[in-house]
Amino acid sequence: MEEIHKHFLNNNRRNFLKKAGLGIGGLALGSMLDPFNFGKETNPFASLNNNSLNLPHFAPKAKRIIYLFQSGGPSQLDLFDYKPKLNQLRGTDLPSSVRDGQRLTGMTSGQDKFPLVGSNYNFKQYGESRAWVSELMPYVGKIADELCFVKSMHTEAINHDPAITFFQTGSQQPGRPSMGSWMSYGLGSLNNNMPSFVVLLSNGTGRPKGQPLYSRLWGNGFLSSLHQGVQFRSAKDPVLYLKNPDGVTAQERRKMLDYLAELNHQQEASFGDPEISSRIAQYEMAYRMQTSVPETMDISDEPDHILQMYGPDAQKPGTYAANCIQARRLIEKDVRFVQLYHMGWDQHENLPNQIKGQSSDVDQPTAALIMDLKQRGLLEDTLVVWGGEFGRTNYCQGTLSDTNYGRDHHPRSFTIFMAGAGIKPGFSYGETDDLGYNIVKDPVHVHDLQATILNQFGVDHTKMIYKHQGRRFRLTDVSGNVIKDLLA
Amino acid sequence: MKKNNFKILSYFFVPLTVVLVFKYIYSKPTIDEITTINQTNQFVETSSKIDVTEVNFNFDVKPILSDKCYTCHGPDDKARKANLRLDIEDGFYKALEDNTNHYVIDKKNPNESEILKRIDSENSIYIMPPPESNLILSEKEKQILKKWVNQGGKWEPHWAYTKPELPKLPETNFKNWATNEIDLFIASKLESKGMSPSEIEEKEILIRRAYFDLTGLPPSLKRIDDFISDSSDDAYERLIDNLLDSKTYGERMAAIWMDLSRYGDSHGYQDDQERIMWPWRDWVIHAYNSNMPYDKFITWQMAGDMLPNATKEQILASGFNRNHKITQEGGVVPEEYRVEYVADRTVTSAKIMMGLTVECARCHTHKYDPISHDEFFSLYSFFNNVDENGLIVYGDTAPKPNLTINANDIKSDLPFVNLPDSINDVTLMVMKETENLRNTYVLNRGSYDAPTRLVKPGTPETVLKFDEQKYSSDRIGLSKWFFDKDNPLTSRVTVNRLWQQFFGIGIVATPDDFGSQGNKPFNPELLDWLAYTFQNKDNWDTKKFIKRIVMSSTYRQSSKIKKENRLMDSDNTYLANYPRQKLSAEMIRDNALSTSGMLVHKIGGPSVKPMQPPNLWNEVTGGGGGSLAFYVPDTGDNLFRRSLYTFWKRTVPPPSMMIFDAPTRDFCAPVRQKTSTPLQSLALMNDPQYQLAAENLSTSIFKENISIDKKIIKLYRTVTGRTPIDNEVVKLKNYLDEIKKLNNIEEKIAFNSLAVLVYNLDETTQKS
Repeated sequence: MEEIHKHFLNNNRRNFLKKAGLGIGGLALGSMLDPFNFGKETNPFASLNNNSLNLPHFAPKAKRIIYLFQSGGPSQLDLFDYKPKLNQLRGTDLPSSVRDGQRLTGMTSGQDKFPLVGSNYNFKQYGESRAWVSELMPYVGKIADELCFVKSMHTEAINHDPAITFFQTGSQQPGRPSMGSWMSYGLGSLNNNMPSFVVLLSNGTGRPKGQPLYSRLWGNGFLSSLHQGVQFRSAKDPVLYLKNPDGVTAQERRKMLDYLAELNHQQEASFGDPEISSRIAQYEMAYRMQTSVPETMDISDEPDHILQMYGPDAQKPGTYAANCIQARRLIEKDVRFVQLYHMGWDQHENLPNQIKGQSSDVDQPTAALIMDLKQRGLLEDTLVVWGGEFGRTNYCQGTLSDTNYGRDHHPRSFTIFMAGAGIKPGFSYGETDDLGYNIVKDPVHVHDLQATILNQFGVDHTKMIYKHQGRRFRLTDVSGNVIKDLLA
Repeated sequence: MKKNNFKILSYFFVPLTVVLVFKYIYSKPTIDEITTINQTNQFVETSSKIDVTEVNFNFDVKPILSDKCYTCHGPDDKARKANLRLDIEDGFYKALEDNTNHYVIDKKNPNESEILKRIDSENSIYIMPPPESNLILSEKEKQILKKWVNQGGKWEPHWAYTKPELPKLPETNFKNWATNEIDLFIASKLESKGMSPSEIEEKEILIRRAYFDLTGLPPSLKRIDDFISDSSDDAYERLIDNLLDSKTYGERMAAIWMDLSRYGDSHGYQDDQERIMWPWRDWVIHAYNSNMPYDKFITWQMAGDMLPNATKEQILASGFNRNHKITQEGGVVPEEYRVEYVADRTVTSAKIMMGLTVECARCHTHKYDPISHDEFFSLYSFFNNVDENGLIVYGDTAPKPNLTINANDIKSDLPFVNLPDSINDVTLMVMKETENLRNTYVLNRGSYDAPTRLVKPGTPETVLKFDEQKYSSDRIGLSKWFFDKDNPLTSRVTVNRLWQQFFGIGIVATPDDFGSQGNKPFNPELLDWLAYTFQNKDNWDTKKFIKRIVMSSTYRQSSKIKKENRLMDSDNTYLANYPRQKLSAEMIRDNALSTSGMLVHKIGGPSVKPMQPPNLWNEVTGGGGGSLAFYVPDTGDNLFRRSLYTFWKRTVPPPSMMIFDAPTRDFCAPVRQKTSTPLQSLALMNDPQYQLAAENLSTSIFKENISIDKKIIKLYRTVTGRTPIDNEVVKLKNYLDEIKKLNNIEEKIAFNSLAVLVYNLDETTQKS
């Protein structure tokens, strides 16, 4: 029995190599694209493609998503939500009628004055959509007609940990699966040699000691750990333990896996344990990743004009720009959910100075990514989301000087933008008051955004559920409405 | 419990069988997922043709009512529609409010029962459950409800809230197979299903099983050989006694307790700074090793600080309730977080002691189980008087209330605390009540800033009334309530978890949910027999109880799956063979350390930092500082300690544990996932720790002056515990030769590659 198996394996590989005209060096590729197994191989990262959920519930617009998470809370008032009135009223106190009982963080609750402060930066209108964008984001401004701004986002949390956790998992307290895990669970994988949920991290230049992240943000919660986000790192090992130890060649690995499979199959026959087969499949997937991941991460095949498009940091591994290129490459490999985190937006003081560097980290690469996806025809079914966990206050934290100010966390209103995958381009949704404090039109709650994102994937957010400890859980907890106006 | 009810179990096992077929088609979901499909999915039911002869309320009917009806007709009065409830007896038999000629269950004319009309209606306004609920009754579920109503619609109290009585021992034809009472229950049930138990396992497999289960470590070759050659009748019993006496027993038990008590070496939120709690872990190991009775073990952890003339050891034990996460994030509202801590203690204690999901009742009355919103806060009030701060000072490793232990304390009272020579004392968090006790209010939607009515300390009444004459209104009283002879849950929940430790799955497969939505016991009489025995005969003596389990033939039977049994019970729920299981994360690493001779065996002390890939900590700090900004691996012995001692930074937990399904320790975790992922394969192939183990072991074996075949056999046996059969040896040798040729290297070097292969064998990471 095992002899037959071995013969079959070898034969497949040999035939394929012969057909493909590859030498021994192509062994790894050979097993990756084995024509006899191709298409039959399942992706263990999404092994439970949930027929049970009858997904998708309706025709999807999006197949993949890149979520460009701006960690720390970017100041909407210095980037997208243009409020000239704040400049006029600079230094005057925020009327308590406007604050209307909003709870404050411990960082400003002791302040006896809340002096309003407009942005130091100039705004102008871009494109046919006439979108207001500050001079901090000239590249994003130029592609404004591709973007859909939501200026009326609001959240419930006022501190980073609960607020990021809320955005990523739909709950302020840890323990729920992240959005990417939900998608992996509900929609499965589009490829057979990569995880379906990949995470990339970068540190901003905006604030030297920024806010941290936590690996639970891309955790699977109570879902199977097959659905966890897999961090791709700029280190020697892009995925933990991916690289063979020094001196171990791909051929040796292949040989080991073949023998391992044989011996394990023998065990399967002896114990009658059907789980063994699926564990053998995990090894094969691991082996495929050893080729597919470095291949994706290696940008040496990117032409100069593309690298230039993403800006000066494009070739510095681990930067936001480099991660944006990676994101596009992962999307090209049909990774379902690519989650970037860019740290450093938490500018409580010295904001005008800090936000300048931070914005330039992301401005050009973000715009380049969107346009790069577009020119490859990928933007049609790839959703791009840019935004943080909350906004920043319209009043100054700390001392207000002629040139300097800081801003505290502001959950009541902030701006995010989206592009692609059936989201209305060149559109702005929602409005805040003249002081940029309260939403006056079309509020969008975090759960609404999550519901809308899932909607683009053909998912009814009330029906993608997982039963855990007797309760039916979903990403949007017990609320959330699809914001139909955002859809093209 | 009535005995003849259990043939009805087949109603949910047949669907489960169908699910398992899908399971193998779609590869391997976790246990949780199987349950999910079973409970949420329609396709499962369609193919199951079952003759509905007799249905049982608790096992067949209640799960349907709970899952599909209780959201609107359950315990939560705020969500209740039509003033109708189906979670209590009265609800079923009364006339409808708006139509007094109609009854939910019409005893005289069963077919006129409103419940049956509603579930079969084609009118979208009339049908139940209503379409907008997204809940659908399957045909089979409808049949069960119809059958039940026609049978007389008899209501029974929830099985878990009646205290366990000692069941009669069942008859079985497999008496000769049985070693103790456990086996009679298992064999009798198997027999009733047309199955039979398996023969006793081969000795070399059995000893490895017992070693891992009782100590978390593999047996050495010498131990295996001694055991095999010991033909005396009590060889196995002596082995078990030795293992229970070994100090490694306490480490194994403690590893499980760490998941339940959400132990961590960091505070868990935001910058996630270091905390010191390891002396409490030392105590847990000590408590298990000295076989502290379970009631005392819990009481000290719940209320050690409040006991009359509390000793330092008792106060130290109370650290259990401080293992929750604590925030240091600047700018938070302290009370918001203090409320989280109190809620965490409440939920953790309830989960461990009662196996109930009380957290659902934090925001509103529980939708499925009889736990009111007020009762949640009554339970919460026991934990609401700690003299603590919601927001702690940055860098504080043991925020108040705390306890300092110095060298003298250790000498006189706490010899089990392993204080390193380099420090004079250690301070850790413990429990202590505030001088002025806080009033506890029911928080609207569970929110810290929405107090409503005042409540007093108490417990869910349906479980067991909190009699203020009998128990004091504090954590001591709560502990007494847990261990009251009439408490129906404590013993069941505890023995179930112990069972899970040995069989991978509890008798109730949801150890954290004994309520309406939880699984039902697959062998209720066995559960009750064990619960009653642990409580009343063993007097909470954990070692004695564990010995009962591991001495049973059920535990000692072969793990080979018989085809005929697999067809009838593909999930092996009824235990026709010992269930093969994946080793835990700790065991997988400890096995490599131990078999390669690298394990440094030292009990207790501060957590250690073994090798892990560089930069994992600092790449998420955002540039922030603190003692845990960078991971600096230890040197020397600390690299090779048991995984129980690996430093646990909660926001970036150790990858060697997380990859193999350890929980995050953010909260109490009574059950671990059992997955296989490509990341696990990569770790076993490439983690330098496993490389090093392979190198160490292969070098030492290769040096021996024996034939290459013998070397291979020795390598194989050391790592897997089993002697390979000839054909396996041939294959391993072929591999060795091929590697030699491929890399043009000496046999000695190739032997190292062979060791890597053996560490990657499925058998190595399984407990057979």
